[in-house]
Amino acid sequence: MLSRRPSRLLAAVTGSAVLALLATACTGTNSTGGQDDSAAGKDVTITFWHGWSQDSETKAIEDNVAAFQKAHPNIHVKIVPHIEDEKSEQALRAGGADAPDVVSSFTTDNVGKFCSAKVWADLNPFLKKDGIDPAKTFPAAMLKYSQFQGNQCSLPLLGDAYGLYYNKTAFAAAGITAPPKTFSEFEAAVAKLTVAEGDGFKQLGFMPNYHGYETSIAHLLGQYGPSYFDGEGKSTIAADPKVAALLDWQKSLVGKLGGFEKLEKYRTGFGDEFSAKNPFHTGQVAMAMDGEWRTAALAEEKLPFEWATAPFPVPDDQAATYGRGYQTGTIIGIARGSQKQTAAWELVKYLTTNTDAVVSFANAIHNVPSTFEALNSPKLTPDPNFRTFIDIAKNPNSGTTPASLNGGAYQVSLQNLGFDYESGKQTDLKAGLAATAKEIDAAVNQAK
Amino acid sequence: MALVGIPVPAALKRKRRREALRTFAFLSPWLIGFSVFFAYPLISTVYFSFMKYDGFSAPTFNGLQNWSYVFNDYPSFWQGLRNTLWLVVVMVTLRVAFGLGIGLLITKVKTGAGIFRTLFYLPYLAPPVAATIAFAFLLNPGTGPVNAFLGDLGLPTPGWFNDPDWSKPALTMLAMWGIGDLMVIFMAALLDVPREQYEAAELDGAGPWQKFRFVTMPNISPIVLFAVVTGVIQTMQYYTQAIVAGKVASGVIGGSGQQFEPGYPNGSTWTLPQMVYNLGFQRFDTGSACVIALILFVISMAFTSLLLRRKSGLLASED
Repeated sequence: MLSRRPSRLLAAVTGSAVLALLATACTGTNSTGGQDDSAAGKDVTITFWHGWSQDSETKAIEDNVAAFQKAHPNIHVKIVPHIEDEKSEQALRAGGADAPDVVSSFTTDNVGKFCSAKVWADLNPFLKKDGIDPAKTFPAAMLKYSQFQGNQCSLPLLGDAYGLYYNKTAFAAAGITAPPKTFSEFEAAVAKLTVAEGDGFKQLGFMPNYHGYETSIAHLLGQYGPSYFDGEGKSTIAADPKVAALLDWQKSLVGKLGGFEKLEKYRTGFGDEFSAKNPFHTGQVAMAMDGEWRTAALAEEKLPFEWATAPFPVPDDQAATYGRGYQTGTIIGIARGSQKQTAAWELVKYLTTNTDAVVSFANAIHNVPSTFEALNSPKLTPDPNFRTFIDIAKNPNSGTTPASLNGGAYQVSLQNLGFDYESGKQTDLKAGLAATAKEIDAAVNQAK
Repeated sequence: MALVGIPVPAALKRKRRREALRTFAFLSPWLIGFSVFFAYPLISTVYFSFMKYDGFSAPTFNGLQNWSYVFNDYPSFWQGLRNTLWLVVVMVTLRVAFGLGIGLLITKVKTGAGIFRTLFYLPYLAPPVAATIAFAFLLNPGTGPVNAFLGDLGLPTPGWFNDPDWSKPALTMLAMWGIGDLMVIFMAALLDVPREQYEAAELDGAGPWQKFRFVTMPNISPIVLFAVVTGVIQTMQYYTQAIVAGKVASGVIGGSGQQFEPGYPNGSTWTLPQMVYNLGFQRFDTGSACVIALILFVISMAFTSLLLRRKSGLLASED
């Protein structure tokens, strides 16, 4: 008799757990979004979550939303700032009355998952209804990172572009009169700007190691315009010679500057990227690859040297594409589970396509405007250094890293190969690229 | 069978039912806790390890695909497993030995013991993220004071968190710095060892080592076992310090086109709990994350069972 009680108990516990499991198995955000009566003039309140946190940024958002509400007095917007992607993901998974209707994200890599899992609503029907042609409205690179396999589940809301920052004072001292345009010119400038000191450097022309802050493999590959996936979604990094070309060029530059170990030792003496101790600010490196936001930080700091910006150089055999750069940015979309999608679309449409809204936001937070009209707007007030990045954004050769079903996993795989190759851990590049492509394909298949 | 057919008086039945209800009432807090926090999550983890589930759509059965992916295709799974086991063996051993050593030293201190206890306990109170960032600053190969000091002495200056050969030893140093919890437990155990046993051993001519071996250790061995078992379980869940150290040392903040590299440098700090996070919350592959979680569970159970069996064997032989 004693032995039967625990077994009954176990059965009861297991039964409850199985029931609970079956209950959870039926969950999932399959609910379709709803229309609301905002178009008929009825009052609707929507919730907008965004990730900006600095006072100037949140104020810029509030100003734009206030202007929106003035034009749409029946749509009330509840703004929730400083929301990290993890939190909005959880809220979108859970759904319910407290979930946001409109969400923005800084992580464009997640677009593939958001679109394919249909967590964010497909905006194509809304765009079509309002006669907005995305290809004529948004730069190609920005449009690319906001969609996945034709599902335009998000739209760009300001962008980032990457270019070259250079120390004009150091350039003058080294007798360089203009920023380099090709990799050959760049290498010559790096050599002239590098000043040795003991076992290290007094000044390094450029930090080529992939951990050199924004000098990541994907950002550098933006200068080549590679393909990452073919039409069937298979990795092309082993087949596209541009990837191998970058890896070889970078490794060659590392070697010319004294080797990986020497550069790594110098790199570990750098201060924080987003501080006054950034190696470009301190003069430790004379050239750096960075985004447009650096112009605002540098302008505020009153450095003891003159600096300027230019597009990052391109490979010699692609000299005609000079002016291009890597692009990414912020995306905004509508929760598929939202019951107020009509009103939510009006807000998304305003923030992403109203030229005045885009321009004022770009002016306020020093990001690149995300529509053609805004990029060409006379109300845009860039200084010459910021103008460089606007031109990069307009350049049709500028590129981005595409959305993938499993986020940025393919970039991590490629990065790891880059680290192994630059450090000498991997010496057979062809084999390394083939193995990495296989790893990427396996991960994508796993996510299907 | 012999009892079949014998009528049970109604009063007795009611009494038994009342007793059963009372028993369940007393057991219910444990039953609820066990069901909600152990049985349900464990059964769910097993269930989802056989499902394709991205956290958004409804789960679908995919057989052994998640298991096959983790073992055959998931990058650096085996390296992460080796790192985790390295940390379990080295970190737990050194933490227990160091904690016991500090406990022994402090119990011998005649004056100012309180100050020493406080000094050794204080680091334990530091939040893990803050402590790791502080260590990354101190051990920065280029600008950190530790290497500056070593360099002044003419000693080699390791790359610490930036060198794959030194990253795990650096994490172990960090773990030993926060030894306060173990030190307090060992001190309490050491102070509980009966004085008369030491006196008897001294009368028999025992030296310091023999007293430690034949008096101290037998008395505190249950505490040592406790420290080892909890240490193994904690280290199997080692996540925060490894990921923070890697992130700070790499200088990579992450973002589009600049993905954070887990396990920096060269996968040397890549651990199984990081894989659970990476798979479950970055790649939206809940099924494979559950596979890793189950592997962690099985290894933890195996370590714990092995230690407890060895200990019960030792006790039996001592008896």
